[in-house]
Amino acid sequence: MNGVRLTRFGTGAAGREVAALYVACIAVALAISMAVVEASGRSWLQAASALLDGAVLSDGRWGETLRRTAPLLMVAAGSSVAARAGVFNIGQEGQVLVGAMGSAFVLTLVHPGGMLPMFAGLLLGAATGGAWAGIAGVLHVTRRIPVVLTTLLLVYLAPQLAAFALSRSELLRSTEPGAQDRLLQSSPVVPGSRLGIIEVFGNRFPASVPVAVVVAAGLAWMLARTTWGFRLSMLGLNPRVAQRAGASQARDGMAAILVSGSTAGLAGAMMLAGGESQHQFSAGFASGAGWDGLLVALVARNNPLVAIPVALVFAGLRSGSTFLSVAGIEAVLVDVVRALLVVALFIPPAIGAVLHRRRAVAAITERI
Amino acid sequence: MPTFLVDVLGNGPLYESTFRLAAVLAFAAIGEWVAQRAGTINLSVEAMLLAGHFAAALSFTSVASIPLAMAVGAVAGIAVAGVQAEFSHRLAADQFGIGLSLNVLVLGVAAYVHPRLDLDTRLAGQVRVPLLADLPVVGPALFAQRWPMYLVYVLVPAAWYLVHRTNWGLEVRASGEDPQAADVSGVDVNARRRQAILVAGLASGLGGAVYLFGQVGRFESGNIGGKGIIAIAAVIFGGWRLRGAVAGCLLFGYVDALRLNLPLILGHSLNGQLLASLPFVATIVVVAVFVRRTRQPGALAKPFVRGLK
Repeated sequence: MNGVRLTRFGTGAAGREVAALYVACIAVALAISMAVVEASGRSWLQAASALLDGAVLSDGRWGETLRRTAPLLMVAAGSSVAARAGVFNIGQEGQVLVGAMGSAFVLTLVHPGGMLPMFAGLLLGAATGGAWAGIAGVLHVTRRIPVVLTTLLLVYLAPQLAAFALSRSELLRSTEPGAQDRLLQSSPVVPGSRLGIIEVFGNRFPASVPVAVVVAAGLAWMLARTTWGFRLSMLGLNPRVAQRAGASQARDGMAAILVSGSTAGLAGAMMLAGGESQHQFSAGFASGAGWDGLLVALVARNNPLVAIPVALVFAGLRSGSTFLSVAGIEAVLVDVVRALLVVALFIPPAIGAVLHRRRAVAAITERI
Repeated sequence: MPTFLVDVLGNGPLYESTFRLAAVLAFAAIGEWVAQRAGTINLSVEAMLLAGHFAAALSFTSVASIPLAMAVGAVAGIAVAGVQAEFSHRLAADQFGIGLSLNVLVLGVAAYVHPRLDLDTRLAGQVRVPLLADLPVVGPALFAQRWPMYLVYVLVPAAWYLVHRTNWGLEVRASGEDPQAADVSGVDVNARRRQAILVAGLASGLGGAVYLFGQVGRFESGNIGGKGIIAIAAVIFGGWRLRGAVAGCLLFGYVDALRLNLPLILGHSLNGQLLASLPFVATIVVVAVFVRRTRQPGALAKPFVRGLK
C-alpha cells in the first residue's frame, strides 16, 4: 500500500537503528501519557500501577486480558488480509456488532442450546459480519466508491440496526419479566450454547482465545504460502501487474473484504458466546473491539502473527482500564495512551524506510 | 401536492437548520476537497473539527473573545493537520492509519480533559443582512444567522480561487492527478500534499469553532461524531468539484435537518433508529447513485515515492 513494504529491515546496522527508534518512540509516547496524567492532577505512578494490576498482576486478571485479546486478534488478522490486497476496510467496529447481532438470533433464541446451535450461531455471526462488509465491497466493485468511506459510514449505521432489532420483542428484545423497561438488551445466550471456559492457574478465559490464535496463524499461512495469498499481495502492491497475471480486483478484492468482514463478525459472535457483557447483546456491545483490532493490524503492519503480541498489549490496556476508574482516574485515559502508542509506532518503520532509501540512492550515485 | 410535502418544503425553520448543519459540513468539506485534489483521503478531518471545536471552547473560556477563539480553533486544526501531513507525506506512514489514530487521540484527549474543566462558552450574536433576509422561505436561513456562519461565504470562493487560479493550486491538482508527471516537471509533490492538508486543517479547525459559536454554544466531546466522515462523503458525492461538494453539504445538511425537524413538522414521533440512521443511509445511497468515477483524482490515496510506481 505504501511502497515501504518493498524494503526489508531487521538485520545489520539498519535493523539496530530501527529497533532503537522503536524503544525511543515508545518511551516518548509513554512520557507524553504521563504528562497528560500529571497535568490533570493525578499521579502517573498510581495510574501505571492500576493499569498493571488490572491487566496482569491481580488475581485472575491475565485471564481477563486473554479474553479481551481474542476479538482484537481475530479482527486484526482479518483486516490484514484486506489491507494486503489494497482494500482498506476500516469498518470492523460495525462488522463486529452486526456479527454479534446475527449470532444472537441463534445463540439467545434457540432452546435448548448445544453444540449444534452454538456452531450455527457462530457461522451466522461470521456470515452477517461478512455481508455487512460486503455492502461496501459491492459498492466498490460496481460503483468504485472508496471502501474507506462506505465501511466507515456503515459503522455509524450498525448501532441503529442493533437498536432496532433490540426494540422489537419479536426480534431480539429480552422478553423476561422485569426486562421491559431496562436498557435495551437481548436475553442472555442459552447456557448450552456458550463457549467452553478454560482455566489455567485460576485464570479463566473462553475457548475463543485458542480459536483466535488458530485463525491468525491460518490467515498468516494463507497470506505467506498460498497462491491466493500471493495474488492478494500482488493486488495490493501493484494492481495493474496483478491483473496482467490473472488476479481480478473485483473477484479477489471482494473476497478479501468478505474474509475481513466475516472474521470481524466471528469475533463479535465469539465475544457474545464467550461471555462479554454477561452474554447479553446490546447496541453498544462492540465497545471499541473493532477499532482496537484495526489499530492492532496497523501497528503489526498487516502481519497476523505480529498481531498476537500487539493484541495482547492492547487488550491489557483495556482490562487495566477497569482498575483505573477504581483508582479515580477516567478510563478514557487508556484511549489517549493507546492512540499515542499507535502514532509512535508508525514512526520507526517509516524512518527506517527513509534511511534505507537514502542509503540505496547513495550506493547508486557512488557507482556512477 | 400532499399537504405534508407542502409542510416540509415550505418550512422556513427547516431551511435555517439545514443551512446551519450544512455550513459546518462545508467548512470541513472545503478543506477535505483541497486535500483530496492533492491526492490524500484525509480521515483526520474528524479530529481537526473536534480540535478546533475544543480549542475554541478552551480559549473562549479564558479570553472571552469570539474572533480570537476562532483563530485558536483554526490553529488547533492546523496542528492536527501538521501531524497528519508529516506522517503521511514525509514519513510515508499509512495515511488512513494515521488519520484514524488522530481521530481516536483527539477524541480521547477531549473526553479525558473536558470533565475537569469549567468551560464557559456562548453563542455569537445574530446578524441580519438587510433586504436579503426578507426573501421568502430561504431568506432567514441564508442571511439571518449568527455571524461566524457567514465565513462560509468567504471560504468557498477563496478555496476555489486558491485551487483553480493560482500556481500553487495547479501544482496541487497535478500532484493529485499524476504525481510522477508533476515530479518530473519540478513540483515537490509531497510538499504540495502536506500544504493541502494544512489548508484542510485550517478550514476544518475554523469549522469546528464556527460550529461552537454559530450553532451549539456548548462544548461536548460527542458533538462532532461523524460530521467529518460525512464531509468526506460530500466531496466524493460532488465528483471532486467544489460546487458539487457544497451541493453535497447542503443535501446532507438537509437530511440531517429533516432528522431533527420531521417529527415536529409531521406532529407525531417517528422510529428513533430510523431517524438516527437517516443521514448515513442517505449518504450511502446518494453517493452510490451519483458518484462520477471518471472525475476521481488519478492518484487519490496513492502515496508518492519518487522512483516507485
